[in-house]
Amino acid sequence: MENVLNIAVGILLDGLAYGMVLFIISVGLSVTMGLMGFVNLAHGAFAMAGGYVTVSAMSGFGVPFLAALPIAFVVVGAASVLFERLLYARLYRAGELDQVLLTIGLVFMAIAAFTFFYGPSPRPIQVPEFLRGSVDLGFRSLAAYRLFMVVVGAAMVVVLWYGFERTSLGARIRAAVDNRRMAQSVGIDVDRLFTLTFAVGSGLAALGGGLAINIMGLTPTFAIQYLVFFLIVVAVGGAGSIKGPLVAALLLGVTDNAGKYLYPDGGAFFIYAATIALLVAKPAGLYGRE
Amino acid sequence: MSAPILETRDLHKSFGALQVAREINFSLEPGARHALIGPNGAGKTSFVNLITGVLRPSAGRVLLDGKDITRTPQAERARRGIARTYQINQLFRGLSVLENVCLAVGERTGACNNLWRPAGASGGRAVIDEALGLLEALRIEEDALKRVSELPYGRQRLVEIAIALGQKPRVLLLDEPAAGVPSAESHIILEVIEHLPRDIAVLIIEHDMDVVFRFAREITVLVAGAILTQGTPEQIAADEQVREVYLGSEAHG
Amino acid sequence: MAASEHIAATEAAAQYLLRRHRWHWAEALPWLVAIAAFFVFPGYVPLGTQILIWILFALSLDLVLGYAGIVTLGHAAFFGTGAYAAGLLAAKLGWGEPISGLVFAAFCAALVGFVSGWVLLRYHGLTLLMLTLATAIMLYELGNARADLTGGFDGLLGIAMKPLLGAFDYDLYGRTNYVYALAVLFVLFLVARRIVYSPFGQAIIGIRENVRRMSAVGSPVHRRLVTIYTVSAAMAGVAGGLYAQTNAFVTLGALSFERSATVLIILILGGTGRLYGAFIGALVFLLLEDHLAKQSPEYWEFGVGVVLVLTVLFARRGLFGLFEDAGRALARRRK
Repeated sequence: MENVLNIAVGILLDGLAYGMVLFIISVGLSVTMGLMGFVNLAHGAFAMAGGYVTVSAMSGFGVPFLAALPIAFVVVGAASVLFERLLYARLYRAGELDQVLLTIGLVFMAIAAFTFFYGPSPRPIQVPEFLRGSVDLGFRSLAAYRLFMVVVGAAMVVVLWYGFERTSLGARIRAAVDNRRMAQSVGIDVDRLFTLTFAVGSGLAALGGGLAINIMGLTPTFAIQYLVFFLIVVAVGGAGSIKGPLVAALLLGVTDNAGKYLYPDGGAFFIYAATIALLVAKPAGLYGRE
Repeated sequence: MSAPILETRDLHKSFGALQVAREINFSLEPGARHALIGPNGAGKTSFVNLITGVLRPSAGRVLLDGKDITRTPQAERARRGIARTYQINQLFRGLSVLENVCLAVGERTGACNNLWRPAGASGGRAVIDEALGLLEALRIEEDALKRVSELPYGRQRLVEIAIALGQKPRVLLLDEPAAGVPSAESHIILEVIEHLPRDIAVLIIEHDMDVVFRFAREITVLVAGAILTQGTPEQIAADEQVREVYLGSEAHG
Repeated sequence: MAASEHIAATEAAAQYLLRRHRWHWAEALPWLVAIAAFFVFPGYVPLGTQILIWILFALSLDLVLGYAGIVTLGHAAFFGTGAYAAGLLAAKLGWGEPISGLVFAAFCAALVGFVSGWVLLRYHGLTLLMLTLATAIMLYELGNARADLTGGFDGLLGIAMKPLLGAFDYDLYGRTNYVYALAVLFVLFLVARRIVYSPFGQAIIGIRENVRRMSAVGSPVHRRLVTIYTVSAAMAGVAGGLYAQTNAFVTLGALSFERSATVLIILILGGTGRLYGAFIGALVFLLLEDHLAKQSPEYWEFGVGVVLVLTVLFARRGLFGLFEDAGRALARRRK
């Protein structure tokens, strides 16, 4: 009995850590989708790029892990602005199909490019000493890295919450998500706002991608492999919010972990069945509007 | 006085704190020529949406021919005889004018249930002929094969009405039919409205008082979701309340 | 306009709509090319068979995406269902008669299409996209979970087909399979063409163009969409069944996101909403893939991405649209 409880708690904690990374990666997608309604299937590619920037910074330039993450954030965030201005902006008024096709095309390009430069094998990294091993929490021990992810995730939640609820920029974003036309008529430059949000969102995805290397593995197919999960987090959580993706990401992380443990062969089946059931019941997501 | 063809009883609709419809008791006679006027935001289009089934009321009932249709979905209400036009054109822009009207006629006659016969073959001829007849009645038959997106806005507005007429409705709701039409062409719209079949009950939302007083035999004034008053054009023109709320100091009539 | 001119003009309009479904001489071309290729390129016949199967698959997607405007990332669900239905029928139940196998595949896929369509097609936008994607992946995972039945990633083996129509056995050059696939494609193409030109087909196009107005004129939108979705699923199922029978092999790849994405790209490349876009897209894509992908898979994948981006931005109506534009430009030159 005690053993079962121990295992359950283990699955829960690991799942929470995993969910936090999913959240960090997906939150940008949620906000940009809520703001512009733009279906960006290449979001996973930005996360993947962040992973590779982290790898290169560490192995190529000897940058320590904790510094490599913000570098990934900045580099990918800045690069994403180019994509947004040159490509994405052309399709804001286009149908969803066009946006899906454009971003799928970008994903293919990304996978091919990264395979070419980094090869198809997984790229591991050496996390710093203090993040290896386990930490004694009192009632049980937890892998230090997992704890680190939870801490970073929680910090992100606080920063994002503060940014959204307490700053004027956040207020403007919330206004534009709520009613774009009205926001424009009160003088909010929605296009500039979107570029900024897109850059931050992609940067966060990159940061999450760097964090994810150690637990999800980094290969050039990362962009597509986990894309569905990012989409589920946003769709089930509710595009445009922060709370929704947080809840959905944590749920997904724990469920996927549990599934892998209990039904290693077909556990994923339940995730998709649950996604369908949730979306059918709440098409706008758990915390979505309309 | 024959039984009303369309009725709403105690119709309420609110979105949270916002009440777009309050206790609306309204009836439309067969063959009516009824105008619905009121300031912007009074809830006129919402009222039409409640009648057509796009919005579900918070309370109250909608009746068609005495039968309760409050729970009936929009498409079913359309099949039972309620047609509407939109303030901003809702057309099939990529298709030709004739195809636009054929869709309405084809859905009504059940032709569109057929997966197998070409749209042109037997059965299809009847649909096409009826649609062409409507285009002729509205005098846009020369645009029959032109793409709707290529037409000037005034002609598009006529297609908007033609589609609704293709449903052979018993109740026709026109939402600002002349809106957006250049003043040089708006008389065409007015002529069309004047020559609508006598047996259709027509409710028209309008801001243009010329149109209202020329066309309507009965006027309802809606303010902040509730009916302020109803009456004949003469009564409404003389009504002090209406003048203050809506017509301002320059009253017509 | 004089009265007689007037009547002539409206009659001309009526005649245009009445005659639109008639066969144009150029429509014989794809079939002539397919028959000619059989004799002129005997070495390419097996590839040709797969091209024909992809054409059928893309055609089924065109009904749903090009004509009805339903954006789906999970069309492989129906292809894969058909593939496993036909494959399991032959491998596990020993029923090797090919045509009845296809009928069974169509039926199974149609069932999945009907049930999923009935639930999903009430939604739109991101929700619908996610639901179609999740449905396909769910089936993929189901196939993975029951690898004991499906053979999982290693694949389903032991698909042995009886001679076609009892008389034509399968030769090493794949000729019987080619003719088989061509005949099936032809028949189902005729069905698709009829549906598209029917009043129902017009209503489907109307739903794509303005679903709000269709509802307002009394169209039973949900019913219409479920119908076309089911027909499309059946067709994709037949393509899957052909795939299983002609390859004598099925893997989970038949249900994968890659397959859904590929058929989507093929159709976009060729051109949606014209039926023949499926032909052009599949032919061009698969011939190029056959030549280029082996040499350098990264360059191929990168190229597909680039072409897709360029197509969406600059050639939205695909190759078929480009041909049409070229044709119109030529016609204007002649004047």
